[in-house]
Amino acid sequence: MSALLEIRDARRTFVTPEGGRLAALDGVSLDVSANEFVTLLGPSGCGKTTLLRAISGFETLDSGTMRLGGADLTGLPPFRRPVNTVFQSYALFGHMTVARNVGYALEVAGVAKAAREAEVAEALEKVGLAGLGARKPGQLSGGQRQRVALARAIIAKPQLLLLDEPLSALDRNLRQQMQLELKTLQHSLGIAFIFVTHDQEEALTMSDRIVVMRAGQIEQIGTPRDIYRHPKNRFVAEFIGETNLMPVTIDRVDGSEALARTAEGVELRLPASGRKPGEQVTAVLRPADFTLGASGIPATVSRAVYLGSDLYVFVQPKAGGPELRVIARDTAGVEAGATVHLSHDPARVHVLEAA
Amino acid sequence: MAVKRQSVVLGVLLAPVTLFLGVFFLLPLCIIALFSLLTPGLYGGVEWSFYHWNYGRIFGWADGINEIFEPIYLQILWRSLSFAALTVVLTLILCYPVAFWVSRLNDRWRLVFLFLITLPFFCSLIVRLYAWLLILKPTGLLNTILLWTGLISEPLEILYTPAAVVLGMVYVMIPFMFLPLYAAVDNLDRAQVEASMDLGANRIQTFLKVILPQTLPGILGGAVIVFIPSVGNFVVPDVLGGAKGLMIGNLVEQQFLSSRNWPFGSALSMIIMGVVLTVLMVSVTRARKVSGHA
Repeated sequence: MSALLEIRDARRTFVTPEGGRLAALDGVSLDVSANEFVTLLGPSGCGKTTLLRAISGFETLDSGTMRLGGADLTGLPPFRRPVNTVFQSYALFGHMTVARNVGYALEVAGVAKAAREAEVAEALEKVGLAGLGARKPGQLSGGQRQRVALARAIIAKPQLLLLDEPLSALDRNLRQQMQLELKTLQHSLGIAFIFVTHDQEEALTMSDRIVVMRAGQIEQIGTPRDIYRHPKNRFVAEFIGETNLMPVTIDRVDGSEALARTAEGVELRLPASGRKPGEQVTAVLRPADFTLGASGIPATVSRAVYLGSDLYVFVQPKAGGPELRVIARDTAGVEAGATVHLSHDPARVHVLEAA
Repeated sequence: MAVKRQSVVLGVLLAPVTLFLGVFFLLPLCIIALFSLLTPGLYGGVEWSFYHWNYGRIFGWADGINEIFEPIYLQILWRSLSFAALTVVLTLILCYPVAFWVSRLNDRWRLVFLFLITLPFFCSLIVRLYAWLLILKPTGLLNTILLWTGLISEPLEILYTPAAVVLGMVYVMIPFMFLPLYAAVDNLDRAQVEASMDLGANRIQTFLKVILPQTLPGILGGAVIVFIPSVGNFVVPDVLGGAKGLMIGNLVEQQFLSSRNWPFGSALSMIIMGVVLTVLMVSVTRARKVSGHA
């Protein structure tokens, strides 16, 4: 089956006010399948919003192609693309009621008023705003406005819905609730979503696949678990979640395990596959990959942050080197100044080829 | 206690402007309203007796003894209203696209342009109108250029025509239309325009359904600010208009200064005010309804 959206070698360069050139898209290729939830993730200025705007038609590409359902999108104005957008600022029409906002796509397409009203009611129902159609956007809360923007964007049943950091203005609780609702909605609608965010937690929660971008290029595409457990490089490892990156040299390979050592002499065990003694690599360990116990790397607790059921512990290996971050069960005795031992499961250690 | 002190402070702060407007605006207005219902004195001034023929002369209930009904006054009023309306329409057509253009300029050029728009205020209105006189007269700049290029063989008679009056008023009123329009256009949420196109509205639909309603307060504001001084304007028709360009402002001026019929001049003034107030009220209610401020 061919992909719903095919982007091939998309390039777009902007001229900065200082006269320099900035490659917002530097050879981006991406396929999105029907009914898929794809997240574009990256720091601000990485090109994710430019890519989204190129799909919706508000940005033109210098080169490269974009096809939606097999049809070339090049030169098509935004209003001819079967794609709708939920804008970061929601961009609700302040002079119209909620119902007219939601029904706008049908209104401009010439759908009769009666048919329109039924669809508007249904769309408002879907986003949990039934009965609020007569209000003006100015009379709604931030969360409600967000839902209106969503209802307005899905009413025309686009093949692809683009969401430009739509949750960034909401408070944390509401954001988490909306993340789950969005995912549920996407499933029930059967529409592909492309969601732009710089919030890695959001990306991990909702996506089928995450596209990590940096400086106009795609660093890695994969499922949330893939991206989290097997980051391709330091950038992805550090951008997604908390990470301990430890440059190590392989000491010896012993069956399925390899023994490695940092410059300071902290010992780690890694999966052996493909490792050769003397090789320099970077070991990636998530804070939850360490266990505090009776044996392992001796270290001193420099700080312990209480998280509820867990403790977030900063430890200093006795051998030296940078501090490590560990998530541990909240147990007695783990407090600043205490000596602990860190053990880890070699199979959980991810290895980056470059040191 | 605090509330009482606040209201005292407010009173003190508002007193100067209240006093000023009371003495120099409200009081004269009452005098004009009163005079418009008094008998004209033989050699100017007023006789202190009730006299409604000032209005009768204009609207048509003259008895033919005290005063004679002459339709010319209604014609001049109508002409003033249509000149003012035309001025509003023309300034709007000229300024609306420019407002969009200016709002897209970068900061530096925008400041330069806004300065240029206000530049005419640095020069006397009379001087600027006499410049137009020099441009429009049969041997003026415009005709010289047109004759020289061969587009016309006879000088155009523009000066002292209604066209010259409207041209002059458009010229004078452009900054007053531009500034409120620009403020509205600059405030336009670009994201809403994009949202409209994203939802399938083409450029014309987007203009009619989003851009126009959103900038309507600016359009109405500019229209009111241009219409009001245009209706009662007497300087522009005085310099550029002939007999056919006479407006109601000129009539008022004549009644007070040449004919010395103060009550009739007052009645004309009251009519201008009535018209202007009606226009203002209608547009304010209209703007409220459209922009959705309940």
